[in-house]
Amino acid sequence: MSATVIRSTRASQATIGIGAALCVAAATLPFWGESSWMREFVEIACYLIFAMMWNLLAGYGGMVSVGQQAFFGLGGYVMLSLGNFLGFNPFLAIPLAALVSALAALPVSRLAFRLQGGYFSIGTWVIAEVFRLSIANVSAVGGGSGTSLTALRGISRATREHTTYWVALGCVVAAIALVYLFLRSKQGLALQAIRDSEVAAESQGVGVARMKLAVYVVAAFGCGMAGALYFVSNLRISPDAAFGVNWTAFAIFIVMIGGIGRIEGPLIGAVVFWALNKFFSDYGTWYQMGLGLLAIAMTLFFREGLGGFLQRRLGFEMLPTRRILKLDAQPATPVPAHTPAAPSQLMPKVSL
Amino acid sequence: MTETIIQGLLLGGLYCLFSLGLSLMFGVMRLTNIAQGDLIVVGGFAAISVAPLVGGHFVMAGVVLLPVAFAVGYALQRTVLNRTLGKDPLPSLVVTFGLSIVIQNALLEIYSADPRSLDAGELATGSLNLGGDIYVGTLPLLILVAALACTAGLQLLFSTTSLGRAFRAVSDDREAAELMGLNSAKVYSVATALAFVLIALAGLFQGLRTTVSPADGPLLLLFAFESVIIGGMGSFWGTFVGALVLGVSQQVGFKFDPGWGVWFGHLVFLAVLLVRPNGLFPKTKG
Amino acid sequence: MTAPFLQTVGLRAHYGDAQALFGIDFHIGEGETVAVIGANGAGKSTFLKSVTGLVRVAPETVLIDGRPSGGSVPGDIVRQGVALVPEGRRLFPSLSVEENLLMGGYARRPGPWSLQRLYGMFPILKEKRKVPATSLSGGQQQMVAIGRALMSNPRLLLCDEISLGLAPIVIKEIYDALPAIAAEGMSVVIVEQDVMVAQRVSQRLYCFQEGRVSLEGASDGFTREQISQAYFGI
Repeated sequence: MSATVIRSTRASQATIGIGAALCVAAATLPFWGESSWMREFVEIACYLIFAMMWNLLAGYGGMVSVGQQAFFGLGGYVMLSLGNFLGFNPFLAIPLAALVSALAALPVSRLAFRLQGGYFSIGTWVIAEVFRLSIANVSAVGGGSGTSLTALRGISRATREHTTYWVALGCVVAAIALVYLFLRSKQGLALQAIRDSEVAAESQGVGVARMKLAVYVVAAFGCGMAGALYFVSNLRISPDAAFGVNWTAFAIFIVMIGGIGRIEGPLIGAVVFWALNKFFSDYGTWYQMGLGLLAIAMTLFFREGLGGFLQRRLGFEMLPTRRILKLDAQPATPVPAHTPAAPSQLMPKVSL
Repeated sequence: MTETIIQGLLLGGLYCLFSLGLSLMFGVMRLTNIAQGDLIVVGGFAAISVAPLVGGHFVMAGVVLLPVAFAVGYALQRTVLNRTLGKDPLPSLVVTFGLSIVIQNALLEIYSADPRSLDAGELATGSLNLGGDIYVGTLPLLILVAALACTAGLQLLFSTTSLGRAFRAVSDDREAAELMGLNSAKVYSVATALAFVLIALAGLFQGLRTTVSPADGPLLLLFAFESVIIGGMGSFWGTFVGALVLGVSQQVGFKFDPGWGVWFGHLVFLAVLLVRPNGLFPKTKG
Repeated sequence: MTAPFLQTVGLRAHYGDAQALFGIDFHIGEGETVAVIGANGAGKSTFLKSVTGLVRVAPETVLIDGRPSGGSVPGDIVRQGVALVPEGRRLFPSLSVEENLLMGGYARRPGPWSLQRLYGMFPILKEKRKVPATSLSGGQQQMVAIGRALMSNPRLLLCDEISLGLAPIVIKEIYDALPAIAAEGMSVVIVEQDVMVAQRVSQRLYCFQEGRVSLEGASDGFTREQISQAYFGI
């Protein structure tokens, strides 16, 4: 019996095609849209990228971090320092800031990985607090009250807003591509094997510790990028804004609504979050309580999220990251994402 | 310096009360309660609200509050948290994190953002002479003694009673414990109920000693967590000592610069994590 | 034959996503010792887990005293007098020997077994009652595991691979103790990979193969060929 490994389906090709068309259309927004729309997009883009990274960590890597704001804030401050003190163009500083965040994740992981499960979560939160309090003691960046990004002064407002918008669009595409390609890579497959069974993966020669580190570093890169982007757009940074735990709170909400452990989850969640924000954010505390209750309800009763619901209803995966083994003797069936037994049979043996 | 250390130890007593509930819930069912700090704040506000209704004295408020906390903890575990338990820590983390956000905003809605405190009466101003010119406040000392008593009580409960045996058994191997006829859902609920009593007590003392405000929760959670990890997850005495170490660390940091107390505590925590990842008193076999 | 104490009728069970048992008919009477043999993965452990409530099955497929008991929680099963010595012993590491035994008595069924009686039977356990159970030798741990199950005063004792990983002399010691344990009319199910041992200690045996009963009858009534046919299916 011969077999072929399928890495893409017609649906996934269509998704990518539609996505590309949407991006091209979105890129023209500055020529016909209002500047408030662009600002809104940039803001939600930052939430989306951050949430995608949280999904990668928690949904694929099994690391429920409550401290990713450490890298978000770090990205923001590195971008600002490169721009204000070293004369870098802040837009070009965004990838550099992301890179610095990724590098910082290496030593940070040494501490954080000493804790497991729920205590890992709070441990990462403490680390983020150390970042916040430490930066608050640095007077060069304004200490606790923060400072402004001066490197963009002298550029016209329209140019700045348009460029920020395009860069944000680029960042979103880059982040999606990063997560998608990472999950489809050998490492990504190994990661999903770990998620399904750590013991089984270990016995197949997957280095669990190394994989977790890889995920942690990639997530730090993405969070750093989101932070740098956010403060390029915002022009003002402070430790409380940069290292606030509410970034993680919203990320959790976005991911749980959209569906954890699925690549399209944060995309769907971010759209929902944007809409809820638009209509209900005036309700302040009640709105926040609603978000918290919704996250609880989703976790208890609707773990698959909207993404899983849509996939079940429509019967296809928008962006499959798995490789489907098609046996010629029988028609290939799409693999439901949450069949625990499936991956070991469907995945080619992973060696690293 | 002696003064700083004594103040730190007294502060540590309070932190010990913050952390025992966390330690208990994690120890019995590997449940990390992210809402721990917020629940402590709820305890403080509840005491402040209840005290005037029962004659204004905080002891009476405690008498009313602690049984309620027991019932609330039992019900919450039975109806909600038991559904989140399993090999994957994510559901319990997201649910308690969500709970934390709900609590903070609910408190903000009910009590506004202003810090409030509970009237401690003559306890607030009383002090004891420890010889020389060293005085300690009666209330902080009372809190430290309470922490000591709670730690000893929990340790005794775990090591000598049949309930403690059940706690350890379900923690070791839930399935095997159920084979013996244990209802783990019930055992977990009793554990959370006890944790909530400790949380309410911690909130009451926090309200007496300083203030509570709706946004305080996360910081209290971090203090509780740091105490547990510094001490090592093996025993409640470890948590007690961890809390004292954290309290002293913060006081020493505070001495250098009033803005450095919490930061210094975090750094000591990270240093312990780096050098002794299993804490100062790791669980010993035997 | 008297009415069976425990009976399974067309018992089917799933383990994870895979079906592990495909209609097991089994019975054991008062005072009987029955062996269940079979290769790895034949469904022996799943069978015991189904009977004790660790794996959910349809109510009417497990009858205790004729009453449908499938799918009951493990606590209800043990209170009806069925106790399991689980595979790998699964003692509680943070409990001492005595505490482990006391956990076994949690169901509080009345009967002859008590700490004193167990200590009389296994004096070494009395000597080591204060030490953590998992610090004992393999054979001693197995005594604790059996003792823990006996503390519930069962009418039926299920032993899952109690010889696994033990030295031959220890295995002999443990199985030699069985008749005394079962003397008061207790029924015993022995799940074993060692066919010789299983045949020696039991009156009847069942052989499982891929989730089905492939052989059933008096333990001394089979040739080696019959058993190996039923065991391996070749």
